[in-house]
Formats: sequence, C-alpha cells, structure tokens
Amino acid sequence: MTDAALPNSAVAPAAPAAPAAPARRDFGLRRRHAAERRFRFYGLAAIVIGLGFLAVLLFSIVSKGYTSFVQTSITVPVEFSADIIDKDNKRATDPRVLVSANYPVVARNAVARALGISPDDKAAMRDVAKFVSDGSRATLRQIVLADPSVVGTTRPVTLLATADIDSANKGQIDLSVPEAKRKVSDQQLAWLDQLRQQGAISTPFNWGLLTFGASSRPETAGLGVALIGSLYMMGIVLLCALPIGVAASIYLEEFARKNRFTDFIEVNINNLAAVPSIVFGLLGLAVFINFFGLPRSAPIVGGFVLTLMTLPTIIIATRAALRAVPPSIRSAALGIGASKMQMVFDHVLPLATPGILTGTIIGLARALGETAPLLLIGMVAFVADAPATPLDPATALPVQIYMWSNEAERAFVERTSGAIIVLLAFLALMNIAAILLRRRFERRW
Amino acid sequence: MSAGWLVAIVLGIGVLAYFFSAQRARAQRDQVDRAKEVPHSLPLYHGWFAFLLSTLPAIIVLVVLSAVSSGLIEGRIRAEAGTHIPDPAAASLQVGIIHNAAEALARLGLTGTGVPSTYAALRDAASAAGISLADSGEDYMLPLAAGVNEEAALHRLLIQGLALLLSVAGAVFAYSRIRIRLRARNEVERIVLWSLIGASTVAILTTVGIVLSMLGETIHFFSEVNPLNFFFGTVWDPRFAAAGSGGSEGQFGLIPLLAGTLYIALVSMLFAVPVGLMAAVYMGEYASPRIRSTVKPLLELLAGIPTIVYGIFAVVTLGPFFRDLSAALAGGFAFIQAQSVFTAGIVMGVMLIPVVSSLSDDVITAVPRAMRDGSLALGATRSETIRKVILPAALPGIVGALLLTASRAIGETMIVVLAAGVAARLSINPFEAMTTITVKIVNQLTGDLEFNSPQTLVAFALGLTLFVITLGMNVYALYIVRKYREQYE
Repeated sequence: MTDAALPNSAVAPAAPAAPAAPARRDFGLRRRHAAERRFRFYGLAAIVIGLGFLAVLLFSIVSKGYTSFVQTSITVPVEFSADIIDKDNKRATDPRVLVSANYPVVARNAVARALGISPDDKAAMRDVAKFVSDGSRATLRQIVLADPSVVGTTRPVTLLATADIDSANKGQIDLSVPEAKRKVSDQQLAWLDQLRQQGAISTPFNWGLLTFGASSRPETAGLGVALIGSLYMMGIVLLCALPIGVAASIYLEEFARKNRFTDFIEVNINNLAAVPSIVFGLLGLAVFINFFGLPRSAPIVGGFVLTLMTLPTIIIATRAALRAVPPSIRSAALGIGASKMQMVFDHVLPLATPGILTGTIIGLARALGETAPLLLIGMVAFVADAPATPLDPATALPVQIYMWSNEAERAFVERTSGAIIVLLAFLALMNIAAILLRRRFERRW
Repeated sequence: MSAGWLVAIVLGIGVLAYFFSAQRARAQRDQVDRAKEVPHSLPLYHGWFAFLLSTLPAIIVLVVLSAVSSGLIEGRIRAEAGTHIPDPAAASLQVGIIHNAAEALARLGLTGTGVPSTYAALRDAASAAGISLADSGEDYMLPLAAGVNEEAALHRLLIQGLALLLSVAGAVFAYSRIRIRLRARNEVERIVLWSLIGASTVAILTTVGIVLSMLGETIHFFSEVNPLNFFFGTVWDPRFAAAGSGGSEGQFGLIPLLAGTLYIALVSMLFAVPVGLMAAVYMGEYASPRIRSTVKPLLELLAGIPTIVYGIFAVVTLGPFFRDLSAALAGGFAFIQAQSVFTAGIVMGVMLIPVVSSLSDDVITAVPRAMRDGSLALGATRSETIRKVILPAALPGIVGALLLTASRAIGETMIVVLAAGVAARLSINPFEAMTTITVKIVNQLTGDLEFNSPQTLVAFALGLTLFVITLGMNVYALYIVRKYREQYE
C-alpha cells in the first residue's frame, strides 16, 4: 500500500529515520496513526461534552431544587382568643364571623408569645408577623370552622413559615450581605434560633408542593392544579390518540393499496411529526377556541392539541410494531379461513400490542413535557382551585414551571427547580415503564 | 337532557340491540338444518351489526345537526346585534354579552313572562345566584336572549327526538333482518374498514386545519397591514395599544425576527453538528459494545428532557455563568449578556446533540458493509475509512438529517422564550440578545388583547411563515433521505 492509493492525502515529508535502521520506505504511518488517535480523541471529546452537559444540567436542577421538598413549619401553642376572632360574641347567631375573622393576628400573637415578646412592642410585632405565612389564615379558619368550641382555648398548631424564614432556616440567606439589604434581619434570625431551641421549628416533607394551587406567596404555591390539569390532558390524549393512531396504522399497514391517496396520507404524517409544536398551539387557538368555542385555559383543548401532536408518534410506532409481526402469522390465519379483518384484529394486533404500548407511552411522555402550544391556548392562568372537569380552567406541569420561572423571588427559583424534579420524575417513570414493557414482552421471531 | 346523556342512552340502546340480535341469531343457528343450509356469520357479528346500525346514524345526526343549530342561532344573534350596533368590532363584543345573558337566563330558569324587563334587573338576579355578567349589556338583548333560548331548546328537542328515533329504528331494522344467510360479518367489516380509513384521514384534516386556520387569519392581517411592510420591514414595533383606541398603527417587520431565528439556529447547529456527528461516529466505530450500551441511552436522555427544562437551565445556570466568565475574561465588563444568541444557541445545541447523532447513526449504518471492508482491506486506517469513504457515501443522507435538525432548531420555542430575550433588533454580535419568530408568537398571544387587532393577528402570519419554512425543509430533507435510502437498497 502506498499513499498514492489514497488520492486525497498529500505525500508526507519523509520523517528522519533512525540511522541504524535498514532503509525502509516511509508510508507516513506515524503521521497517519497520529491522525487516527486525534480522530478518536475528537469522538471521545464529543461524547464527554454531551454527557458533561447532561450531568451539569441534572446537577444544577437537583442542587437548586431538592430543598423545596421540605418546608419549614412552626409549631406553637395558639390561643384562639375570642377577643380577636369574635369580638362582639355573635358567632352563635352569625357563623360568618368565623369565616372572616382576623386569623393572621392570632397566629402572630402565638409566635410572639412563644418568643416572649410583649404585644405592646409594635415594631417587634411587625417583624414577628413576617414569620407566619398568610396561608395560616386558612389553616386556623379550618380548625375553628370544624369545631367552633375551640374559640377561647389554647392548643398547639403547626403553621407554615413564610418563604423568607424558610430560606433562612434552610441556610440559604447570605449573611455577609449588610442587614439592610437582606430580607431577614439579625433580630429575626435570633428569634428563629430561639424558636429552634424551643423545638418549635420542624421541616416536614412539603406535601403542599404537590397539592396547593397557584398562589402569589411561594410557601403556599404548589403543583396541585397543574398535576390535575396534566392528568386530564394525558387522559384525553390516551383516549383520542391511541384509538385513532392504531386505526390509522392498521389501515395504512394492512389494508391500503399503494396509491396517491395513501401516499398523501404518509407525507402528511411525516410532516406533522416535524411541524414545530407552537404551530399546533395556533391551530388549537384558531380551531378549537375561536371556531368551536371551547373554553380557554381548559385541559380539554390542551388535550386535543396534544392529541394531534402525539398522533404521528403513535402512528409511526404502531406501524413499526405491525410490520414486526411476521407474515407467517398472517398466512396461517388466512389459511384456516379467517377474514382479513379477523386476521388483523385477532392475531396481528395482539402480537403488536407491546410495541404499540411502548410507542404510546413515549408519545405521552413527550406530550407531558410540551409547553409552547399550551401557552397559546391560555393555560398560563392563575388557577387557585382544582378543576372539577376538563372544561374548567387549569394549568399544566411544564406551564407551571414556566410561570414560576418568571417570578423573581428566591423561593420561587427553588420551587421551579423542585417542579422540574417532579416533571422529570414522571418522565423517568413513564420511560422506565416503556423499557420494562419492551423487555418483558418483546419477542424475537 | 344534555348531549352526554343522550349519547349514553343511544349507546344503551345499541348494547340492548347487540344482545337481542346475537340471541336471535344464535336461536336461528341452533334450529337450522346444517345439511341444507349453512349460517353465514357468527351470532357475534349479527350483534355488532345491530349495535352499529342503532348507534352510528343517531350519533352522526346528533353531531351534524347540533353544529347546524348552533350556526343558525349564532347567525340570528349576529344579525340582530348588527341592526343595533353597526360597527362590526363592537357588535362582536355584544354577541358575547348576549350569549352570556342567554346562559344566565337558562341557568336561572327564566322563560316567557319571567324574563326581567331590563338588563340591570337580570344582572342583579344573576349575581344573587352567583353568576357574574358584564356591566355594558343593554335592554334589547333580553327578548333576543330569551328568544334564542327558546329556539335552542326547540332545536335540541327536535334533534334529540330524531336521534332517539333513528337509534330505535336502526335497532329494530337490524333485528328484523336477521337471517341465517345475512352477510353480517361482511357488513360489519365494511363499516370497520371505513372507520379505519376515516381515522387515517385525521392526519390530512390536521394539515388542512393548520393551513386554513392560519391562512384565514393571515389574510385578515394583510387586509390591515401591507404584506410588503411585513416581509421586508426591518423594524418590529407592534405598539400594544389599548383595545378599541384608534391610531394603533404598529410596524410589523419580519426581518429582525427571521434574522434572530436563523442566527440562533446557526449557532446551535455549529455546536450540535460536530459534537453529534463525532459522537455517532465514535459510538458506531470505536466504542466497545458495553460502553455503547450505557452511553447511547444516556445521550438519548438529552432528547427526552422537555425544552422548558433546557430554557430554565439557560436562564438560571448557563446564562449567568457565561456572563460572569466574560466579565472575568474582560476585566469586569461582561461582554456576554445573560440572555444572548450565544447562550440560547449553545443550550439548543445541547438539545440537538442526540437528534443529530441518532439521525446520522441511521445514515452511517445504511452505508453498505462492502464499502467499509474494501477500504479497510486496502490498508486505510479506521479514521481514513470514515472520513474518506463512509462520510462521503453517507453525505446526502447526512445533509437530509441536518436539514431536519435545523427545522427543529427554527421551530423551537421554550428555550428561546427564556434564553434569547425579547428585543427585536438586527445585530451581528452573538453575545447580545435577539429574538425569534416563535418568541414573538408567544408574546403576541399571551396577553389580554382583543382578538381582531393586527397585534394578535400578526402571530398567525408569523406562524404561517414558520410553517412554510419548516415544511419546505422537511419535505426536501425527507426527499433526500428517501432517495438516498433507495440508492443503497
């Protein structure tokens, strides 16, 4: 072999050979092997870059978000003082007093008493009020409404801390910043220490992150509405996309003759798989909301839009699964007198089911993470209450992440990353399910 | 009776028809003398035949006539609102209020003489029942709303009656036709085949829906804004004006958005193509099976991560990192902004790595084994084989794969919404913020705007532009890939 065999490579300058060696023709082997090593190194570098970004991405999300799964709570004896809750003693005749009572003051006084602060110290009371979340209003109201006899007594209650105190308790406040620029004063930190020594501070698992609806206060903001909205949408996608996708695949794979019409369908499916997702959002806005008059922000519209987006994925996976069923099965079924329809539905389809389900789960996982089209159909909404039906306003998991990422507060950054962890956990579960399904039922013919 | 209940009843009739027909077919089959006559279809198919006959026509009639009825009522409201308010934009607002008033009347159960005489009275009655109505309603709406309610109720009654009648008639007809020689299976299979065909046309309908909906709104937009100013304008300044106030002329120049879109796509491709291609080559040619079986799924994880997560990663981690890095390099002055073409491009590039690598992996493995073996047998090293034999042979396919990747980059939304910025400007500095078509579509449509203003309609013109660009790239890429595949088969 000579260099001339490789027309593109220039003839290498002869490397100075070792003087003792017998005269040998130089093929530029050393240079070529160096090139080989370089090339190999580039490939390795590419993989390292890709995996490195994956690691950095996951690390940055997890390191920022894991703290959002616990939430600081303050357990103090709360005096349900009748003077504050029901000054005029009308609760027997007018129970509405108990609904609109000034519960935040009750909570504030409870914390102040635990810290031994006099109620006359107005400035200190104002600082103490920043300990307990406004969400305590609902907590205390629930206790009182459930049992009005509690008014006038004292009992220990666990209250949510505000986001700032939560950050301070988790050690996320930078103490080198001058006190005036901090959200938590030295005095408040001292109080926090005092409460901690009394054993009043606890950090239980943050169930609120998974159950609360939208809120402007980070400590009472949660993914509850978004999870229900996403669940509704996934249900609709499954109910619509799976039957339509399987039916379309069966027709194209088993019945259709190759003609212009089926060619046109195939071109359409391939193109829809590559159309930008935001275009589906515009379609949903123009067709489902403006033309058919379905409500904005409703999971049903989101579900329909995601159905159209997922359809090509399911069709492509189903067709591959149908194609993988060997022709001998078909011949055998037809040979013993089955009609073509019986052959497909009784023999081919059951054998293709694992492949179809795997493709469907992967399509659903993609739909679960999709954000852009949902922004256009108005799912960026402030929804505090869980939707009862798919026609009620809701948000979706990725949209909630987007909305929180636009909030400036530190605690929302933490919740954003926490929500991403929840989303990624769902995606991981679905993908693992798909892999297990494939492992368990995959058949080699 | 709501439509849901009616469908449930129709389905119930269908199930009854199924059982009775199957039963009758079974009875006939058991009596038949098989020496003389052989039953054609299993009893099961007679049941399905009856089920389909009793449900399908009824449900089709229900859907079609309901659409016709709501169209008729909408037309009547529009016509009457038009006689009171000549301005079409204001009239469309009034139509919404009339709909709400009609719904309130229906929910309060007010008809005939029970309808309040003034709009204010209705609003008070409604708010007492927990229904909120707009303030700006007028009295003429009340008789209209009540009349509409009556008409709708009449339509509903007629349609539901017809549907029920059809359902029962279908069931009876199917039941009465059951014979030993009835070709029930063939009938059922024909209906199933047609529904399979129907399902496969959904893809066509979606494409048609996309094109028609966007084309309609785009034509509407171009009736207010000169297309030349849109396609060749270099200034993007849509000027959000309060709804209804005059003089809200904005400038809708596509060029800065298109430039930003292509620039960010270019940066991302410059990052993703070498990395993705080399990763594919390394895994295909050098990596041991063990390494491949762990590394490949890990890289594909990158493709499974939702784009919103990449966007957040860019905003929270990578953007500030590049800014601080540039500040450290340039001695205090951060020449890379936190939101920039560069940041968005790199993050999008990371997202595209697995796309490039899996597409090019397919293409590379499609190169015939003989070409590779021939080159190796001549003494070429592996890298020489790859660079001088395999890659040139796979080039058309790789170009197709790259086109597909580029169309992904152009249509990507969430990464650029979060990482690229919203300032529409023309710039060649990749370290500054630019904006893209997709960002502006989101911006224009996520406010509370009246729907008929050019400010919102422009989103559809942008969407159509995006659709046409990506469609062109996809069609061409699929054409190349398919042609190339045939070449080696």
